[in-house]
Amino acid sequence: MNPPVATPFFFYLLSGTMLIGGILVITRRNAVHSALALIAALLAQAGLYLMLYAPFVAGVQIILYAGGIMVLFLFVIMLVNLERSQKERQFNKQWLVGIAAAGALGGLFITIYTKGKGIFPDRAMSAAVLSDLELNNTQKVGVLLYGQYMFAFEIASLLLLVAIIGAVVMAKKRI
Amino acid sequence: MQPIIDYITSYLSSTQTPGAAGNFFWAFVYILLVFVGLSVAVIAMNWLERKILAHMQVRLGPMRVGPHGLLQPIADAIKLLLKEDIMPAEADGFVFWIAPFIVVLAAFTVFVVVPFGPTHAITDMNIGILFMLGVSSLSVLGIVMAGWASNSHYPLIGALRSSAQMVSYEVAMGLAVVSAILMTSLHGLGLYGAGVAGAGDTGTLSMIGIVQAQQEQGVWFVFKFFPLGLIAFFIFAIAMVAETNRAPFDLPEAESELTAGFHTEYSGFRWSLFFLAEYSAMIAVSSIAVTLWLGGWLRPFPNLLHGATWNLVFNLFPGVTFLFLAAIGFYGTARMPKHPYFKIQTIGLAGFGALLGLIGLVMFIPAVFVRVQDIYWFAIKVAAFMYLYIWYRGTFPRYRFDQLMKVGWKILLPMGLGLLILTAGMGMRSEIWMGVVVPLWHWAASIL
Amino acid sequence: MDTMLHISTLHYMVLSAALFLLGVIGVLTRRNVVIVLMSIELILNAVNLNLVAFSHYWQGIQGPNALHGQVFAIFVITDAAAEAAVGLGILIAFFRNKETINVDEVNLLKW
Repeated sequence: MNPPVATPFFFYLLSGTMLIGGILVITRRNAVHSALALIAALLAQAGLYLMLYAPFVAGVQIILYAGGIMVLFLFVIMLVNLERSQKERQFNKQWLVGIAAAGALGGLFITIYTKGKGIFPDRAMSAAVLSDLELNNTQKVGVLLYGQYMFAFEIASLLLLVAIIGAVVMAKKRI
Repeated sequence: MQPIIDYITSYLSSTQTPGAAGNFFWAFVYILLVFVGLSVAVIAMNWLERKILAHMQVRLGPMRVGPHGLLQPIADAIKLLLKEDIMPAEADGFVFWIAPFIVVLAAFTVFVVVPFGPTHAITDMNIGILFMLGVSSLSVLGIVMAGWASNSHYPLIGALRSSAQMVSYEVAMGLAVVSAILMTSLHGLGLYGAGVAGAGDTGTLSMIGIVQAQQEQGVWFVFKFFPLGLIAFFIFAIAMVAETNRAPFDLPEAESELTAGFHTEYSGFRWSLFFLAEYSAMIAVSSIAVTLWLGGWLRPFPNLLHGATWNLVFNLFPGVTFLFLAAIGFYGTARMPKHPYFKIQTIGLAGFGALLGLIGLVMFIPAVFVRVQDIYWFAIKVAAFMYLYIWYRGTFPRYRFDQLMKVGWKILLPMGLGLLILTAGMGMRSEIWMGVVVPLWHWAASIL
Repeated sequence: MDTMLHISTLHYMVLSAALFLLGVIGVLTRRNVVIVLMSIELILNAVNLNLVAFSHYWQGIQGPNALHGQVFAIFVITDAAAEAAVGLGILIAFFRNKETINVDEVNLLKW
């Protein structure tokens, strides 16, 4: 019923936002500005998930990542009070080696993507199939989560319990 | 020209929301209507809050600006627009500027999925309720940024307290919401109907789907599995008051405690953005409560009081409401002091009463009330919630911050979890009986 | 030009690789611990994007029920939340002891 509209425009807009947000995260002097740039990047990523017909993952991304984890980051930034650190040197002494390593990784990625371009040929899905993809997405994800991946789900809940107790214990003044 | 007209009129016979039908023109029209309606509602809320709070405190409230203070919100808006825009000296300029913008964005974007009727929504997302909860949690970010960017300790403490409170009560809200979503997948009718659906048919997260599930099951979810739905509704009602930083949970912005909390350093138009966002957030979470528990746009008692006469009675409600408001306006006109200074105010109030009466008379036309009925019932229920908000503010003393956090984490969260388990148990009771209890009984009997 | 206009899985893979590289550069070059943790979040997001893009790809081949990539992405988001909480707890404990948040001043074991 609803054919996808202006896909290249939205893809380039959202991916441009993500890349600019990512660059701002790693280059800003002020940690709060980095956090804001990361929030913009995460919201753009939720938009990209919607373009990939994954509305449930987009909703989870907005609630958990942008509305939970980033609030946690902002709290800690405000508690730690980085006035002094804004005047210090921002990049460490091995920045050249770091960028060289990242460049090598980038070269590896480029090699893989140019040599293996034909491994995943894209089969275009018809508009009818596409518009049905997001109709029952949440229900299908639920069936998978509670059926095939039930064990992983329980382990994830145990992991969250451990993380809660660990964070509380480590941030306490006196154990 | 003809294709454009065809594009515009092709939606009119559709049975979907404009977003689902992919019609940009009508989606834009609906967005404008919701925006205007929301602004009018916020202005009305401002006046109503001051008047109702005043009458609860045995005083009169604003009486001077218009007849009975009706033009007071406009005077407030003009004052706020003309005030000097102050930014603290060491404040972070960009973050200070963007914080009210984020709070308003979060509060207004939520209305994209709010259903005023089966086709009267801007769009019907598959993940409607998840979207609403997620976007309303983005306003916490704006508050934290506002407090930090003001570079002053009162706003910082206020922002940290406010965001801690909002994050805590979001958990309780989420559990109550999941409890209601569980009920959408049942197909049994009536108060205690379980009737779990077949393999291919499941519950839904879409706002319109939730109200349609209540319509099919013939019962509002507040009464389903009585008292479980009621307790879930109460948990959500308490959590939503805390979520929007309203009394009695308004310590972060209380004037006697923290000199207005996170928006201390904001003045003029920026402050009015926070205030606008707070009222919009109140209307948004009330819309969630109305949609999930109180049956959205459905009229009360569709099964108990059915038939042609009862339908007619309920159809007359919109017109009668506006005529009642017009009657109050005319009564106020009659009681105005007979002094030449009050001539303009008397004429104004009479004109306002006449306008309300005219709208009431228009609502009696069948062609009008058939279309307006859904929006009317939804608006009446949300208006009841707004009155409750003002009532709470006039009645309850403020919670201290540690009491507030204790209520959120130690009382509402365990109640929400227990309620979720009980609701799931009630919904699957025949499966649990047949699949777990009966075999266990047979096994125990076979041992003894 | 046609490859630029028709958005395929390769576009999402390239974007995900670019974000991963940005995150790696952030981890390797910054001194501020909070920004290092935020770069780790960038890396996790890049991985998530890749997973969901391939889930969409496989939905075209195996049918609309092949949502394993999305489920994996949900688990990665859960993991990221747990790790951010613990990491920030460590940061607070560390800051309380040493009054600094620069990673290259954590050199108590250096001889």
